[in-house]
Amino acid sequence: MSAVLILADFVGGKATKSTVELATAAAGIGEVTALVLAPAGQGAAFAATITQGAISKVIVIESDDFTQHGVAASADALAHVSDQLKPAAVLIASHAFGKEVAGRVAIKLSCGIITDAVDVAPDCTATQLVFGGSTTVHSKVTQGTAIITVRPNTITADFVAANPSIENSTAPISDVAKKSTVTSTQPPVKGGRPELTEANIVVSGGRGTNGDFAAVEAFADSLGAAVGASRAATDAGWYPHSHQVGQTGKTVSPQLYVACGISGAIQHRAGMQTSKNIVVINKDPEAPLFELADFGVVGDLFAVLPPATEGVKAHKA
Amino acid sequence: MKIAVCVKQVPDSWAEKKMVGGLLDRANVDAVLNDLDEYAVEEALRIAEAHGGNEEGGANTVTLISMGPERATEALRKALSMGANDAILISDPVLVGADALLTANVLANVIQKGGFDIVICGTESTDARMSVVPAMMSEKLGWAQLTFASKVEVDPETKKTSITRVTEAGVDEIFAQFPCVISVVEKINEPRYPSFKGIMAAKKKVIDIQDFASTGAELTQSWSVVIDAAPRPPRAAGVVITDDGNGGVKLVDFLGEKKLI
Repeated sequence: MSAVLILADFVGGKATKSTVELATAAAGIGEVTALVLAPAGQGAAFAATITQGAISKVIVIESDDFTQHGVAASADALAHVSDQLKPAAVLIASHAFGKEVAGRVAIKLSCGIITDAVDVAPDCTATQLVFGGSTTVHSKVTQGTAIITVRPNTITADFVAANPSIENSTAPISDVAKKSTVTSTQPPVKGGRPELTEANIVVSGGRGTNGDFAAVEAFADSLGAAVGASRAATDAGWYPHSHQVGQTGKTVSPQLYVACGISGAIQHRAGMQTSKNIVVINKDPEAPLFELADFGVVGDLFAVLPPATEGVKAHKA
Repeated sequence: MKIAVCVKQVPDSWAEKKMVGGLLDRANVDAVLNDLDEYAVEEALRIAEAHGGNEEGGANTVTLISMGPERATEALRKALSMGANDAILISDPVLVGADALLTANVLANVIQKGGFDIVICGTESTDARMSVVPAMMSEKLGWAQLTFASKVEVDPETKKTSITRVTEAGVDEIFAQFPCVISVVEKINEPRYPSFKGIMAAKKKVIDIQDFASTGAELTQSWSVVIDAAPRPPRAAGVVITDDGNGGVKLVDFLGEKKLI
């Protein structure tokens, strides 16, 4: 059986749902080894948070170089382990850090790379949704180990209990990787809401909010949803850029996407049209986003959302 | 300082994009300078202007580097009209459909030969959206990687560059010595509109068109291939109601039926 290597994904020292999703995709290809890169002294604690996912072995490498030299040091370690294990594929979470690590590893090992896969078949064929989700593409790496980054929240995770063997290891970190130095790190400012790209439900506001996101946020909170915004709303300074959904912002594909006061320019559709269910609320019956709606309400979001918020709360009570 | 800016001509982000024979159909759509590269050009010009300018006799030069069909000269003229000094376009039929790996190899070779101090890129192109080429070039060149910058500070005296990196993982302060590869996020600045004077001046600026062989890149082919591509079926038409005072309640009913709450 062939081997597959995944780069375990962590936030705040805890393995994320992405780690389980990577393991799920990898298990279809072969026997899964997860690589844990942790700051010195924290390897065991990081590895202990891998409690779910079809992972047979965990390799732990500890070094403060990962904190100090970021992407490049992590790429050195991943390439080193991959070179020893010779896996059929290396799967990495498709966020800024993961994609950059993947890019460097592809150069180091002279391997082909595919990013933003939404599925990976047992023969390592990757499925991607491109051009804002309007086109399905199947691609394959033709040289060396397939380096594939997998978009969070697109693979249905198999939350089987993980009981992997744990092996401590080391990897040389090159002088090139040490050329850039991180002097300080602040974790993202977290509200009580889920991360936009990982959320099961996203409620977004656009021009129609006129800058007042209170109704959008209240509805999001009743659903336990993340809050998104259109480019018009973030450009106007109504909501932080980090919440922008669209071509130049985040791409989301939740179970439910609720667009409030967003007309649906291609810019926005590109970031959300792979959502499983789409609800659109807009005063303008001609808003193009209604074309994508599973359920649409032509009406004022400030009139529709408050009773909907109460309705959801009552339903959950 | 010798500053390079990597730019790409892409289909207009408002245009409908199609795949033909496993490749993006670039011929039949409006093509523009990649939105996100405008921020890179602007940042390069601001860095140059803050440290002795890039006009004739100035202390700095800003050189555009691109790979694409000859038509990409249109996008380069736009960036030249913003104020860049000159441009290099790698254009060769063998590079049609090049993947990120081949692209990064070619660009890195051109940058290596140019003797640049810093290279600035956008974070991604709006067509492929991979965000990997800056990191790949940094690896290939063996230069420091300073990517996803929302702020860049350059000191030509000490040859030190500091950036604020902003990603979903948080905010990092990172520094490195020249030479380095920088990518900038869109909130870093407000790109200038080319002035009439800039547009006229750009017509006389040099775009050096080179073929693949002259770059000296060893890698000659893409190592990933598209097997097939198909438009996704359109979504089945949904229900659209008009709010008569009960819109919110009906919305909750819909969510309940779909077991979304």
